[in-house]
Order: sequence, then C-alpha cells, then structure tokens
Amino acid sequence: MLDAQTDAATEKTLEIQGITKSFGAVHALSDISFTVNRGEWIAIMGPSGSGKTTMINIIGCMDRPTSGAVILDGEDVSSLSAEELTVIRRDKIGLVFQQFHLVPYLTAVENVMVAQYYHSLVDENEALQALDRVGLLERARHLPRQLSGGEQQRVCVARALINSPKLILADEPTGNLDESNGKIVMDLFRQLHAEGSTIVVVTHDPDVAACAEKTIVLEYGRLARITDNPPQTGKVEQAGETAQTTLDKQA
Amino acid sequence: MFWKMIFGALTRQRGKPLMIAFAVGLGVSLATAMLNVMFDVGDKVNQELKTYGANLIVAPRGLAAFNDLYDLTEDEGRTEQSARPEQFLNEADILKIKMIFWAHNIVDFAPYLDTRVLAGGEAITMTGAWFDRHLDLPSGETVDTGMNRMKSWWEVQGSFARDESLREVMVGTELAKRMRLAVGDSFTLAAPDGRDLGQVRVCGIFHSGGEEDGRVFAPLALAQEIAGQPGKVQRVEVSALTTPENELARRAAQNPNSLSAMEWETWYCTCYISSVAYQIEEALPEARVKTVLQVAQSEGAILQKTQLLMLLLTLLSLICSALAISNLVTANVMERSAEVGLLKAVGAHTGAVILLIMTEILLSAFVGAVGGYCMGLGFAQLIGRTVFGSFVTAKALVIPIVAVLVLLVTLIGSLPAMRMLFLLRPTEVLHGK
Repeated sequence: MLDAQTDAATEKTLEIQGITKSFGAVHALSDISFTVNRGEWIAIMGPSGSGKTTMINIIGCMDRPTSGAVILDGEDVSSLSAEELTVIRRDKIGLVFQQFHLVPYLTAVENVMVAQYYHSLVDENEALQALDRVGLLERARHLPRQLSGGEQQRVCVARALINSPKLILADEPTGNLDESNGKIVMDLFRQLHAEGSTIVVVTHDPDVAACAEKTIVLEYGRLARITDNPPQTGKVEQAGETAQTTLDKQA
Repeated sequence: MFWKMIFGALTRQRGKPLMIAFAVGLGVSLATAMLNVMFDVGDKVNQELKTYGANLIVAPRGLAAFNDLYDLTEDEGRTEQSARPEQFLNEADILKIKMIFWAHNIVDFAPYLDTRVLAGGEAITMTGAWFDRHLDLPSGETVDTGMNRMKSWWEVQGSFARDESLREVMVGTELAKRMRLAVGDSFTLAAPDGRDLGQVRVCGIFHSGGEEDGRVFAPLALAQEIAGQPGKVQRVEVSALTTPENELARRAAQNPNSLSAMEWETWYCTCYISSVAYQIEEALPEARVKTVLQVAQSEGAILQKTQLLMLLLTLLSLICSALAISNLVTANVMERSAEVGLLKAVGAHTGAVILLIMTEILLSAFVGAVGGYCMGLGFAQLIGRTVFGSFVTAKALVIPIVAVLVLLVTLIGSLPAMRMLFLLRPTEVLHGK
C-alpha cells in the first residue's frame, strides 16, 4: 500500500532524455536531461539565448528535438508528426503564454470554450466554472479588449485548465503583468499546484522561479544546474485561500 | 462553437470582413454588368445595326432570274408598262412576311415599285414605297412599318411623304438641285409618252448618300397608278434581327437539303438570316429572297467582337477581384497569425483552421456577391441607357455563372493565404519575442 502511494508520487509526467536541438549550425540545446514528476512544479530559468524558448517549444509539443527523447505521460513524442503532436497538445498540455493570446473577437467564456471545442465537447457551464475558479465569472461575457492584462492572463489560465491537462506549461506568465496582477496569477499557480497539477514555468524572474520546487537553469543551450528551492513555508497550504483573498480584494 | 467563432469573427472584427465583401462585391458588380450586357448585347447591337438598312431583299422569282440572267441592277430592271406579271409581287401578299415562324424578328419591311416619269423635260426614276403604313395582320396583331423606319439614316429636309396622299413626293438632293426644287415647291410630272400626270408637291428633300439622291420617292399607290400596275410591287426590303452565321448556317444557305433532319431542325429553329430567308420563300413561293451579305456579315462580326470585348472585361474584372481578395485575405491571415497559431496550439488541426477561415471568407464573399450582383444590375442598366438608349434585360443565367465565378475567384484568391495557414507553426507566432 505504501509502495503504491510512493509510486504514484514519483510517477514521471515528463522525461527529457539527452535532447539536442540544432538550427543549421546553431545548437540551441545540447544534451539536456531532466525529469518532472507528477504534481511537481518546475521552473526553467536562464538568460536570453540560453534555449528556454526552444525548450518550452519541445516540451509543449510544438517542436521536435534534433535528437534525444521526450517522454510525456509515458509516450515518446519526439518523433511524432505535426498532426500527432497536435493531438498530444490537445489532450495532455495546457498552455499559458506571456502575451495571453486570446481570440480577440470571442468573449472570455468563448475563449475557454475554444479549447473544449478542439478537445472534445463544448460545455459552457464547465467553461464558466473554470472562469469562476480564476475569479472571472463576472467578466465571462467580456471581449479580451475589455479585460485588463491580469484578467486576460487569468482567462488564459482557465483555458489551459479546462481539459484537465497532464502538464501546465507557462511561458513567462507574469512577463506582461504589473506586480499585483503578477501576484494574482502566481497565487493561481500555487493553488493549482496545491490541487496536484504538474506545472512547468519558463521565466527569467527569480521570484517566479522561487515559487517552484525545482529550478532548472540553462546557459548557452546546456543544462547548467538543477536546484531544489526551499519550501515557501505556509504558501502551498494557504495557496487556495491566498488566491481567493487577492481576487476578492480585486473584485 | 464553430458558428459562434464565425459569428464572432464576422461581427466583432473591425471592418475586415467588410473589406473582403467590398472587394468581392466590386468584382461581382462588374462581372454581373458585363455578363448581362454581353447576353443582351446581341439584341441591342442588332437593333443598332437595323438602322443601317435591310438585310434581306424579297424580289419576284421572275424578275430576280431576269436580272441575274442579264446581269442588270435593280434600277435597270425598272417597271415598264409591258412588264410581265411574274416580275411583280402582290402588295396584298406582303403581310405574309410578318406571319412566318420568326415574325417577331422581322423588325421592319417596305415594298417598292420603280417607274419612269418625265419632270422638267428630264426622264427620272420614281420609286413608289410605303412610308409609314399601319397594318392589321390576320393574326390580330398590328404593325407599323415603312421607309421612315427603314431609312432612318437619311437626312430629310421637310418630312417623309404620307402614304394616303397621291400628290406628295420626296425628291433626292441631286435631283432637287438640278431642278432647283425646295420643300413646298410643286412640279409637273408626265408619263414617258408625254401624257400629263398632273402636279405633285415636294414634301421633303432627302440625302441618302447613294444613287437614290437622283430619284423621286412617292407613295406606292401613286407609282402603281403611273406604272399601270395596281396592287403590284417590285421588291420588298426586310430588316430582321438575326443570329450570327456559323458553319451550319453557311451550309444551309448553300443547300438546305444537304442537312440531316436534326441539323435542318436546328437551323430552321434558329434565327439565322438564311433560315429567315428560307421561311419567307416558304410564305411567298413566287418570291426569291436575297440576303444583303455585307450587312449580315457585319452584324455577325460586330456582335462577336462586342461580346468578346465584354467577356474580356468580365475576365479582367474577376482577375482584379481575385488579386484584391488574395491581398486582403493574405493580409488578414498575416494579421491573425497569432490567433491561428493559438488555435493550432490548443489542438486545432490545420484543416479545421482552414475550414474556419475559409467559411468566414466565403460568407463575407457571399454578402459581397449579393450586394455586388444588385450593384451590377444597376451598372448594366447604366451601360444600356448610355450606350444603347434602352434597358438591359437581367438574365437569370447570370446568377449561377456569377455564383460559380465568385466561388472560384474567392478560392483562387485565398490560395496564398491557405498556404500560409498550412505552413504556419505555432512556435513562430506565440512567443512574441
């Protein structure tokens, strides 16, 4: 019984095995290996040109490595075709972008429903619940241009969550937000992590990286180090409460 | 969700679908106008060409054979008192021309009878004709026809003579100059044997630009009285709306019996000048019908060239439209590349994205096409009124043609954008770095 619990806790959601990525003579990534366990929160850091974006593209199944293997939820996705990768993205990954990327002519709830539409069946109530979870139920019928940056990013998080992905992949999620909106979004991630979501965040912000359990540092396309971050006392336990309190204050 | 996305894209994007609709509408309006004019231009050009005279001459078989045998012109074959009966047609039979299968395509006709008279001591040709005759056909229809319609290009000082007056004549400019006649003057006519025929009044002096300028034109009844041939005419000029000749028509003109039954039926039921001539000969067995080939061939050539011009303009407008759509759609897709990348990133297959964007474009194009069609009908009327002085009939056939053309033009115009959509990778547009 104990062994079974231990196995579940150490189940690997993502395994990166010696991947390299070359663009002609340029080596964007060289021999990178690491593992993300289920329910783990990993931050990938590094200066500009270190290969962070290339790494997130490969983890997000939007690109393939030149060599090496990417095992996502037990399936090697490194040699799949573009159409097969689309299916993997649809079924297993929730994406959050720095620039939000909401469809400008759809309301907040419709933007969430787009992810449902391409995944399986559209359920407006479920989409509204996802927006409620990120504190945006009242803004569900607003167009992106009628929402603040923080609100748009929260819609983006709701869209990433709607299909219950195996992995939430966030690319500089607070990069375009002011401090208070950044805090709201990070509180949401804390809440998701507390609920058991597996999260990979690419960031150059040490404060954002510090929220994760581990930080993977890339330099010049190589894995420089992996550090375990000290647990932020009380934060994980209180994450849900913190996010809700901040949202209530905003409301 | 698909239609929600389409509805959102069409109603909440600022002006982009409208621009596509406008480009399509412009192309469709020109295509609709040109196609409608092209289909109607045959009748219009034919009507215009009818003003340049008759394209069929109906003559008695006997006179035609006599003239052909001795290689005489019509003037040389003019009526003499001693002329044989087979050299004339009965005036009463002329109505049959308006009762053939293609009666509605017989626009005008006028009978003529030439005779010789003496005026001021000079022997001149007097031609009797219908000027403006009202006819009641046995079918119950009424027809107004005569020289004033057939010779609309004549420059007439004064007026055409009246059919019912036996003392009014029209004099050609050359003759009027020689005899120093003006409108309103009277002069004495005499028979070739010197018998006094009384005085006639000049109601009009005409300039035709041809040999008619040396003649006197009088009401048919007067010429018949002078010639001593009551109820007789020598020839009939017929102006008919016809279809341009083709190989079948040319073969039929040479020998209708050489055609197969099906070919003969096609030829007979098509308004070729040769089939109209054939039908007139059927109605008037004693007559032989000659086609005025220069006029018939010019009509065909002008019609074909005009239709070709219209077709080229239609193609040109559609090519311009396709280029405009191509630019607009490509710009639209480029502008929305992040959105397209996002859809692909959240799991949309390339085909699904293309279907979404194409539906959006085709719906915009449909709205533009409907507007463009209505605008095109307006343009067609404008062209009709300006060029031909009459309205252009809207042809139902244009609607499916335009629909197919819009679909093709929109799809072809969207090809570069579709290629972009196909090749676009989410990684290229989502990071924004």
